[in-house]
Amino acid sequence: MSVLRVPVTAADHRLGQDDAPVTLVEYGDFECPHCAAAYAIMRTIRKKMGDRLRFVFRHFPLTQVHPHAMHAAEAAEAAGAQRKFWEMYEILFGRQDALDDRDLVRYANSLRLDVRRFEEEMKSEKYVPQIRQQFQMGIHSGVNGTPSFFINGARYDGSWQVDRLLAVLEAAAAPAAPAAPVASDEPGEKDS
Amino acid sequence: MTAFVRREATLSTSAVHNANTAIPAGTPAPGFSLNSTPDQKVQLSDFRGKPVVLAFYPADFSPVCGDQMSLYNEILSEFHRYGAQIFGISVDGVWCHRAFAEARKLHFPLLADFEPKGGAARAYGAYRSEEGVCERALFVIDGEGIVRWSYVSPVGVNPGADGILEALEKLGSAPEGEAK
Repeated sequence: MSVLRVPVTAADHRLGQDDAPVTLVEYGDFECPHCAAAYAIMRTIRKKMGDRLRFVFRHFPLTQVHPHAMHAAEAAEAAGAQRKFWEMYEILFGRQDALDDRDLVRYANSLRLDVRRFEEEMKSEKYVPQIRQQFQMGIHSGVNGTPSFFINGARYDGSWQVDRLLAVLEAAAAPAAPAAPVASDEPGEKDS
Repeated sequence: MTAFVRREATLSTSAVHNANTAIPAGTPAPGFSLNSTPDQKVQLSDFRGKPVVLAFYPADFSPVCGDQMSLYNEILSEFHRYGAQIFGISVDGVWCHRAFAEARKLHFPLLADFEPKGGAARAYGAYRSEEGVCERALFVIDGEGIVRWSYVSPVGVNPGADGILEALEKLGSAPEGEAK
């Protein structure tokens, strides 16, 4: 019954080809342990699905239970503004034990970001409105916790352990004949 | 607001796909008086004039973060935009509710449908007598005490909030002046 209210656009953080037969959207929270588990699973899934999968990550910070979640999401956006969203995403999910503001700056440094710009954008809360907007639209789409998944726009309530999710994604990929893969330098596309 | 217009039309539309017992839209909401704390009771009738959301759920402390009650807690401001009051209801006792609310930092009342056990849930057709717990059932009640939307989710599936918000939206402007 629950469907994605906001279609995936170029404004989203996407990995994979835009013409992939399956789009998997995750609403996640960098401080949520289940999302960290899902992160590892997403890596495996993306590897196995290859060009047939487009993966999208949207923010759903549960700020009442996860005090660092909003700042972590902002840090990912600030890194994204410098074309390093996915790199920051990896660090954050790998270091859930260390997400305070000083840690975030450290990660920005390790990614060789323009740290002054990063810090300014963090201080001015530049990305808070868009993160809140994503959260709100997530709610209206039926996001019911973290992580929440949508497969080709429909909320997926089943197991997201590798085998099960992979089977579901394979099935979703099947009906469309494999489109001629567009040559691209890298499977990873960064945001805009 | 006309409370009776949709009565028959909605009888068949409440999306009760796995348990056909939940009282449907158009039904007057059964009253109840349940403890929200060890020494406070909440009566449904106290909330006449504003929309009320009842979220029955099986048990406190389900082992996930971002569980159903935590989700509603995150979006209380959305409910308040419609002038609505939300209550979580399970058969857990007040002390258990208190511990759960503290652990999850919940800022809305949890009601204990404890004695007689599941009495309110039964009245709403939202009781699983085999297990002795509430269904995962949602009810949106208008300011005149009429159920305007109900939904029973598969018990393992957190229904989210989209259906509630849609139902609140359909109620139209909240009967109380609310700040938008």
